Amino acid sequence: MAVTERDPARDARPLSWIERIPGRYWLIGAALLVMPVFASDFVLFQIFGWTFILGIIALSLMFLGGYGGMVSLAQMTVAGLAGYMVAIFGESAISAISLNWPWYIAIPLALAIAVLFGTLTGWLAVRTDGIYTIMITLAIAAAFFYFVRQNYVMFNGFSGFNGVLPPDLFGVDWRGPKAFYYLTLFWAVICYLAVLYISRAPFGLALQGVRDNQRRMSALGYNATAHRVAAYAFAAVLAGIGGILLTWQSAQVSPGTAGIGPAIDVLVIAVIGGMRHPVGAFIGAFVYVILKTFALDALVAVGLAGERFQLLIGLGFLVIVFWSPDGILGLWDRWRESRGKDPLLDRGGEGP
Amino acid sequence: MTEAATVSDRLSATGTANALELRGVSKLFGALAALEDIDLTVRPGERRAVLGSNGAGKTTLFNCVTGDFLPTRGTIRFFGEDISAFPPHERIRRGLRRTYQISLLFTGLSVLDNVYLACVGVSRSRFSFLRPRRDDALVASAEDLVHVVHLDDARDTRVANLSYGQQRQLEIAMALAGAPRFILFDEPAAGLSPTERRELVEILNGLPDHMGYIIIEHDMDVALRVAESVTMMHNGRIFKQGKPAEIEQDPEVQALYLGGGHG
Repeated sequence: MAVTERDPARDARPLSWIERIPGRYWLIGAALLVMPVFASDFVLFQIFGWTFILGIIALSLMFLGGYGGMVSLAQMTVAGLAGYMVAIFGESAISAISLNWPWYIAIPLALAIAVLFGTLTGWLAVRTDGIYTIMITLAIAAAFFYFVRQNYVMFNGFSGFNGVLPPDLFGVDWRGPKAFYYLTLFWAVICYLAVLYISRAPFGLALQGVRDNQRRMSALGYNATAHRVAAYAFAAVLAGIGGILLTWQSAQVSPGTAGIGPAIDVLVIAVIGGMRHPVGAFIGAFVYVILKTFALDALVAVGLAGERFQLLIGLGFLVIVFWSPDGILGLWDRWRESRGKDPLLDRGGEGP
Repeated sequence: MTEAATVSDRLSATGTANALELRGVSKLFGALAALEDIDLTVRPGERRAVLGSNGAGKTTLFNCVTGDFLPTRGTIRFFGEDISAFPPHERIRRGLRRTYQISLLFTGLSVLDNVYLACVGVSRSRFSFLRPRRDDALVASAEDLVHVVHLDDARDTRVANLSYGQQRQLEIAMALAGAPRFILFDEPAAGLSPTERRELVEILNGLPDHMGYIIIEHDMDVALRVAESVTMMHNGRIFKQGKPAEIEQDPEVQALYLGGGHG
């Protein structure tokens, strides 16, 4: 915990924010920045672009689940709604419905509506706990899916919207592989740092306190319900950003974007990566994207039907949950711990 | 406690409403009456001990006052305001605090962070998305409170690594966050060593005079040294109230609680 922690040695000269960033972050940052120099357009757009987008949406779930103890299956629904709103308020190929408003109105409005929806979802969901939170958010996800599929006046029913493109800003084609890579990387970093920062701000700390002991937090003056609803609102901002980027990447949004399958996929991503730390969302998204992209070829290569790639994802999920409930982050921690153990005494090498 | 008694007398004489006023408070759990028709008045600045055997209803009384339980009947007023239907956090924000019989602390956080959380809870920064700066007033308050309960050396220690006695001291620091007007201490001396008990008495007697409290305590030595008045409870009812000396010498009380067991 670093909020109030003070190292006397540091009190003499406070470290600048640059000095406080660990070396490995600089390395990863540098590698991601120069990635377009050696990676193909496919890798940039399809692998990393998609990873960052799904990572942002899974991050919204990680924020709720990891810090707030609330597992919501409605995060993809919030993302899908943001995508729909951008298509409706902005430009799309469905000119009969899209309003063609400028991006600086359409995008903030889309985000605002997504946040409002996320907050309402939270307002309903915080009245429940555990499995019931999952059920109520799943019900909301299912209701949204069927509603947009059957509504043709506003959501264009089964077909949804296509031709939903990023705005033509600064003369850059933001859907070009390199530009889109940097666009998604930028928002992934912003969202990641925001979650990391807020987790140690009073709001984030209080949210973790509510997760650990709601009664105690009430006895300290916190309104636990309000904190939880506010957490849903913040998570909706993240999911909304992810949803808009997702719509731009595929240039379309349809009921399938926010169906039951994708809603559960977000949970799978968050669990595979690990919900203890924001980076888990991106690790999980990367594993998911790799599996989803290459599992089909791998299965065909060994003579199995390609459409069974979901089986591989399911098996991967099963193995990770079985061996490490904390996801890949948990496996990593265990490996690091085992390295520090004395093989003869079976205990940490440092100290008795 | 003569001086403290003077303070509560003086505060009452100025017309300040009673710190706590319970009228006809009952709490039923099905057919079981955990509290029955409780009338209790505590003046501002007064330090009251609530004594009684296990199951007498002492902690249920605290839970009703803090809002953890809503009373089945009756009203609770805090400095004149009817708080009977308020949720716990609203009561805390009005200056009421409590400690728990079993320490409810955030064991993964440091001592200072626990107190900081308590300070933030009764401030306007509860929803702040900004991390505190090095010169943050709430961090400074938290550091002061850590000092008040003699935990300076353990300031950055994870709570899970504290001794039981230190955890009880930390509970008190958290209850003192944000200038409370009245505190409910639920068995703060339970499980403490004689040295830690002495330290606890020192901390309680060192609280500002205007800060009243009710203390539930089985250790009569501790209770009578930190309280100016005593309320005895039995089977969910109040059956005796008075000064510590009167209670100690009351034959009925002696027969029930002090008799053979209290030396």
